[in-house]
Amino acid sequence: MTSDVSATQTWIDAAYLLTGVCFILGLHYLSSPRTARFGNRVAAVGMLIALVATGVVLYWGTWWIVIAPLVVGAIVGVYSARAVKMTAMPQMVALFNGAGGGAAALVSTAEILQLISSGGPLPIDQALTIMLSSIIGSISFAGSIIAFLKLQEWMTGRPITYPGQQFVNAIILLVALAAAVLVIGNLTPGAVPLDTTTTYFIGLAAALLLGVLFVLPIGGADMPVIISLLNSFTGLAAAMTGFVLSNNVLIISGALVGASGTLLTILMSRAMNRSITNVLFGAFGAVKAVGGAAAPDSSGGNVRAASVDDVATMLAYANQVVVVPGYGMAVAQAQHSVRDLADSLEKRGVEVKYAIHPVAGRMPGHMNVLLAEANVPYPQLFDMDDINPEFPRTDVALVIGANDVTNPAARNVPASPIFGMPILDVDKAHNVVVLKRSMNPGFAGIDNPLYEEPNTVMLFGDAKKSVDALNSAVKTL
Amino acid sequence: MRGSGRDATMSAHLLAELTVFVLAVFVGFEVISKVPTTLHTPLMSATNAIHGIVLVGAMLVAGIADPKLGVVFSMIVVFLATLNVFGGFVVTERMLQMFKPRTPPAAVRDGSRQP
Repeated sequence: MTSDVSATQTWIDAAYLLTGVCFILGLHYLSSPRTARFGNRVAAVGMLIALVATGVVLYWGTWWIVIAPLVVGAIVGVYSARAVKMTAMPQMVALFNGAGGGAAALVSTAEILQLISSGGPLPIDQALTIMLSSIIGSISFAGSIIAFLKLQEWMTGRPITYPGQQFVNAIILLVALAAAVLVIGNLTPGAVPLDTTTTYFIGLAAALLLGVLFVLPIGGADMPVIISLLNSFTGLAAAMTGFVLSNNVLIISGALVGASGTLLTILMSRAMNRSITNVLFGAFGAVKAVGGAAAPDSSGGNVRAASVDDVATMLAYANQVVVVPGYGMAVAQAQHSVRDLADSLEKRGVEVKYAIHPVAGRMPGHMNVLLAEANVPYPQLFDMDDINPEFPRTDVALVIGANDVTNPAARNVPASPIFGMPILDVDKAHNVVVLKRSMNPGFAGIDNPLYEEPNTVMLFGDAKKSVDALNSAVKTL
Repeated sequence: MRGSGRDATMSAHLLAELTVFVLAVFVGFEVISKVPTTLHTPLMSATNAIHGIVLVGAMLVAGIADPKLGVVFSMIVVFLATLNVFGGFVVTERMLQMFKPRTPPAAVRDGSRQP
């Protein structure tokens, strides 16, 4: 190596260091709503620095191979990110995540093809990190696509299960691991009659299949956990790609994302009082269906339906109303109507607060984003621990499309599949109004005893229409 | 960089990289654990954009004289990673635009609201 090349490399490494610093600072600024936007921009600037620095060492004879997909990717990325509705955010994030995972796997594929064609046995450390990056990246890619399809409802959001599922998944995982061991140990074509390239691609195919199969049995309600887990996977895949390329900026960034994704995954499972293994292998909806079937049929039993005018009066003359939003609010895109109703109530002097359960919706913090979109000031949003003591002095708890997170069975029915999950204590409010499409137990398939409580009334119908009707009724009072 | 007789330097090299990785994991945990629940979605989206850094890797394997993946796959890998970067940052920016503190007078609120 000439001193010229190494001097260039030193400058590039310094730029990468700057990128790493920008990412860490960016994440740091993301810890407060006031500075979060600045944080995101700092991270974006860091990214730009890394890209420009990388551009210096590229071979520009075939510049279009890099520039054309860069331009197209930027246009598609920016356009879709701007065009997507706020309610479709989770699937958009899943899609971008999958793209990153796929890219990591392909970069490693390029590297191993390079190594194989240069002949001789593969260096163990290179082969190890290549296999890790390819397998994790492929799982993330395929898993994210399935998560996207489920969230977009191009595919059922319910868990897809079949007999022997775990066994099939275990076999496929073994195939992927076996391929990895064969490649890393330079055992091809000795131990198996396959060359290294074929073995590698068999491992890659197994990992892709595994990604599909491991997200299939995940139900919609568990999506916040899966989305964070897949995010963490892509981070790890990027870090492994960094090892493969001896590139510190990839290692640092990948490690940051891997850590944050893991942390969020843990927080989400803890919020449901379930282990990650239970989320991954429990096929929650299926388990619940059994529990629901065993429970006595209660549909319509002691449930009281209320009229819009009844509820409007209750709300208008309350001192404090706590709104409990759930996925139903997102589906009905009712967040703006909810905000309008809250405005009307506030004009009458009613105190309005929002209770946000950590796993309400389909991704971490999903409800916060939707309400923010509707211009609800964030100081009105309360975490579970802060709002629960408020319910006993709340006149009306208005549950909009939330179900499991309000189910008192989690507190007092040990046989319930969700027993032990921390919930919002809406049943302790003086009155509970549940906005719901029908008595259909919905996604979970378990009965919610809340609906039969004497202080609960139901308002059936589409969440947005109901809230709009409530708002006009409140205005006429 | 690749060749024979580099076992000792290579493992020292790997150890150095592993050090960076492990320390970055700790920094990640430390920084992220301070983010409030309100910001979990933008946080996830921002980290999602950050792992788009794999675009650096994509450029490095595509921007060489004889890309091993061939022209089409090289372009696909750059495209995917670019999608991740740009989509990720723009989505995060859009989410964060919406987080506003309370704007006290009702008149101001109505004025600033989207139709």
